Amino acid sequence: MVITDELVTYLEALGRIRLPEETRAKAQSNLQEILQYIDTLSELDTEGIEPMSHALPLTNVMREDVVTPSAPAEEVLANAPAQKDSYFLVPRSFD
Amino acid sequence: MYNSKAWETVMGLEVHVELATKTKIFCSCTTAFGGEPNTHCCPICTGMPGVLPSLNKAVVEYATRAGLALNCEITRYNKFDRKNYFYPDLPKAYQISQLYLPICRNGGIEIEAEDGGKKVIGIHEIHMEEDAGKLVHDPSTGSTLVDYNRCGVPLIEIVSEPDFRSANEVIRYLEKLKAILQFIGVSDCKMQEGSLRADVNLSVRPVGSESFGTRTEMKNMNSFKAIIRAINYESKRQIEVLEHGGEVKQETRRWDDSMGVSFAMRSKEDAQDYKYFPEPDLIPIEISEETIEQTRQSLPELPEEKRQRYVNELGLSEYDASQLTTSIALVDLFESNLSAGCPAKELANWIMGEVMHLLSDSGREPEDMAFDYRYLGSLIGMVQRNEITRNTAKKVFKAVFEEGCDPVKYVEEHNLKTVTDTSAVKAVIEEVIAANQKSVDEYRSGKEKALQYLIGQSMRALRGKADPQTVTAILKELLG
Repeated sequence: MVITDELVTYLEALGRIRLPEETRAKAQSNLQEILQYIDTLSELDTEGIEPMSHALPLTNVMREDVVTPSAPAEEVLANAPAQKDSYFLVPRSFD
Repeated sequence: MYNSKAWETVMGLEVHVELATKTKIFCSCTTAFGGEPNTHCCPICTGMPGVLPSLNKAVVEYATRAGLALNCEITRYNKFDRKNYFYPDLPKAYQISQLYLPICRNGGIEIEAEDGGKKVIGIHEIHMEEDAGKLVHDPSTGSTLVDYNRCGVPLIEIVSEPDFRSANEVIRYLEKLKAILQFIGVSDCKMQEGSLRADVNLSVRPVGSESFGTRTEMKNMNSFKAIIRAINYESKRQIEVLEHGGEVKQETRRWDDSMGVSFAMRSKEDAQDYKYFPEPDLIPIEISEETIEQTRQSLPELPEEKRQRYVNELGLSEYDASQLTTSIALVDLFESNLSAGCPAKELANWIMGEVMHLLSDSGREPEDMAFDYRYLGSLIGMVQRNEITRNTAKKVFKAVFEEGCDPVKYVEEHNLKTVTDTSAVKAVIEEVIAANQKSVDEYRSGKEKALQYLIGQSMRALRGKADPQTVTAILKELLG
């Protein structure tokens, strides 16, 4: 896979970030190197091996369905950049 | 130009159902509906840095129950996946969901088809996920207000196959789905509280065509009526676009029920890259064959079985039986009085008549009935013992339905018992006869209508507390 300039733009859009112009070229080559590095794995024969998504040899760690008190609203809202009537207030975001 | 007969509408549904667990899916906050904004929240469900999700056991149990009741295969080895997107209703900027190994697959339920026959609507999969917060537009600031009380409430998303061909089929499927999920106790399925939400994927194609047209996805329909309107609108819109030589754009549309139109939301072609990957913060879940079997055994009688039993064993009509079994509240109302000895047909008549009537007049759902269900039985008992007339009973039931009154006390307090003392009835009727000489003369000269008038006047004078047949008999006797 080749990391093109368009792909960098697409990744910026997905991540809601804008790379400074002077670092774009570097980011592009970094991403390419990362992909090449990961690509080393394709040299291995993985025929018949289940993909692993977790390193722990555990299953079924679950909690009982019992309510515990929630945090006070002041605490929940403590880090909100803006708030109103106990709501978080954010820029207009309706489609 | 517009010719709906030349086109076929093809639909599939994505139904989100909030599970009736006590706590959220990944933290121990309550799932209670409503509450002051941001009071059912903690660091986990508001996505504070460094917190870890802790899976609620009941979510897996409920999802398994739903899958079995909907004839699905249960996935033995389950994992969660992370669906990434930026939107203020999702404080972590990702939703924990299931993409690769959904808990249930390959199910289906049978509905009545347009031609009156049976038709199976396939269920492609059911997966577990977390609900998002609620956004409220604030007109005074032009900004958006966010309440995370709902964030993290457990959901199952039930994805159907594209098997629907009409709005009626969609509604029949939803009614059936709702009844099943209520019966097995996994959700209250209250549409007005958002605990059952249906998104409709819709495309049209020329009749006879095998391939599918480009589809749109419609959201934000809050009632069955809104779903029917949205389907009709969208199907017509697409046909018109195609008949004018245009192309349907694949997009998500938001239904505005007050305006009766839908608007395109975000376009599906761009920025709908969710970058799914296996959720690293949760370990897999294994569901044993034994658990599946135990769950299957623990399922209660489902609506379809109940409907058949009502017809075959209780002698109800097909129509009454299928209407009663659309709602767990109606079933509870019926069965609690049935087991107390109330006759099945009489009960069914009352529920299909007065209860349905009052529900539709008040715009309420059966689940909102707040009176003690046994009151209906005691009311029917009073009618059967001739303590009150049927008409009085209807009036009393209104008070039971609206204010939760105990009918026995109500009848006593309002002095509504049928006057059984014939001499007392006779005395009142004699007064009516004396006061309506004109009608008496008319009746005697052969006008039957005049008798109806006198019966009416007598019933009014008796305040409805006498049996109309007795009144008629006494009138006839006195008039000779």
